[in-house]
Amino acid sequence: MTVDQVQEPAIRVQGLEKSYKELRVLRGVDFDVARGGVFALLGSNGAGKTTVVKILSTLLRADAGTARVNGFDVATQAADVRESISLTGQFAAVDEILTGRENLVLVARLRHLEHPGKIADDLLERFSLTEAGTRRVSTYSGGMRRRLDIAMSLIGDPPVIFLDEPTTGLDPQARIEVWQAVRELADRGTTVLLTTQYLDEAEHLADRIAILHQGRIIVNGTLAELKRLLPPAKVEYVEKQPTLEDVFLTLVGTKA
Amino acid sequence: MTKHFLGDTAVLLGRSLRHIARSPDTIVTTAVMPIAMMLMFVYVFGGAIDTGSDSYVNYLLPGILLITVASGIAYTAYRLFMDMKGGIFERFQSMPTARSSVLWAHVLTSLVANAVSLVVVVLVALLMGFRSAAGAPAWLAAAGILILFTLALTWIAVIPGLTAKTVEGASAFSYPLLFLPFLSSAFVPTDTMPGPVRAFAEHQPVTSVVNALRDLFTRQPVGADIWIALAWCVGILVIAYAFAMNTYRRKIS
Repeated sequence: MTVDQVQEPAIRVQGLEKSYKELRVLRGVDFDVARGGVFALLGSNGAGKTTVVKILSTLLRADAGTARVNGFDVATQAADVRESISLTGQFAAVDEILTGRENLVLVARLRHLEHPGKIADDLLERFSLTEAGTRRVSTYSGGMRRRLDIAMSLIGDPPVIFLDEPTTGLDPQARIEVWQAVRELADRGTTVLLTTQYLDEAEHLADRIAILHQGRIIVNGTLAELKRLLPPAKVEYVEKQPTLEDVFLTLVGTKA
Repeated sequence: MTKHFLGDTAVLLGRSLRHIARSPDTIVTTAVMPIAMMLMFVYVFGGAIDTGSDSYVNYLLPGILLITVASGIAYTAYRLFMDMKGGIFERFQSMPTARSSVLWAHVLTSLVANAVSLVVVVLVALLMGFRSAAGAPAWLAAAGILILFTLALTWIAVIPGLTAKTVEGASAFSYPLLFLPFLSSAFVPTDTMPGPVRAFAEHQPVTSVVNALRDLFTRQPVGADIWIALAWCVGILVIAYAFAMNTYRRKIS
């Protein structure tokens, strides 16, 4: 893989290792994520995807190896990394008791930005939450919650965004809402690192896909490159999923 | 990172206070139990208890105030636990926000919430005939001791709030704290207790804090009790703070 000579890649991970007691979750993970676009980290449950994201977002320390985000080392320049990123974890990180707007204002304030109210209103509009903005988040649907969650991650325009299994537990409509939001993000030039266990999600969204298996990256390439590696049967399964979804969405009357 | 500490703490404090304003039941629940206890002890048992003072409610109030704080801090652990369990804690930690602000906001919220509960309990006590001859300095001293006591207990509450696996676990720690006043001079004078119980009662923190508050309310000279009470509060505060911060650092690194 050629690296941009002028600028460091958005994310550079080298020899990352992490164990929980005897369990070796990461056994030397290496990958680069170029600036812009969506990079999917694919893996089954317990493969260590979340561990990678936590290390990259300065929530966890690696046992060995280095990781740089936006040119900053996660271990020694954690504060700079935090200025450069946003994390949307596995569970919607929203405050249920506050309203949607208050959630956005809160994050804008904590990122020390000017005009938090305007930032909140703009994002509410962008994510079609303006009407719901004054309601408490506890009244939101799963999809709305996730949209708000992602909107909160965009505050301050961080160049790198981590989405850890953003659609796990969501119904098909909500999933599509999230996919649209992610695609829009990538179109605006943000680098998105997405973890998922759904093949079709990676297929829909990602420019590059890496598969994390038994603590290492075993494949890393574009969708086309990756597809050639997968057994046909699995590809067929992936192809079928949208069809069933189409049926479902047609029946319940939502346009995809 | 520390340059935003005050501002970030203020923003997060505003958030927690909004939580409390929207679920005032946490304040009510905190105050109801001590009030019920006060009603029961004053109107049911009180007549049979000889405290040597003219009014049992006057005798009882300091202990009830401590029970109020002990039940109030269970909510501090609960609120912290809920933040940890939801993703919002990790969101805060991954943002360019002063990291200890998250904890301090909860601690300050605990102070505010407990202060409100304490005022409610004192108002009910006044209705029940509590009277104090204490002047402003004595009230200030009493408030100071209560704030220190609340801070000490709050930092204890932070530990289960950070480490608990379940909601029940997060608040269960407060049960022994609720019992300590019963083994003290809060409800009855200690001199009728059998030897070992009395020895425990007279040398545990609640007794000295209760005695100090009682002396302040009744305009007695406070004597050594206030210094023992302060030493207990500061000692517990320092140790609990060190433990809580250590736990916190392990959680976030």
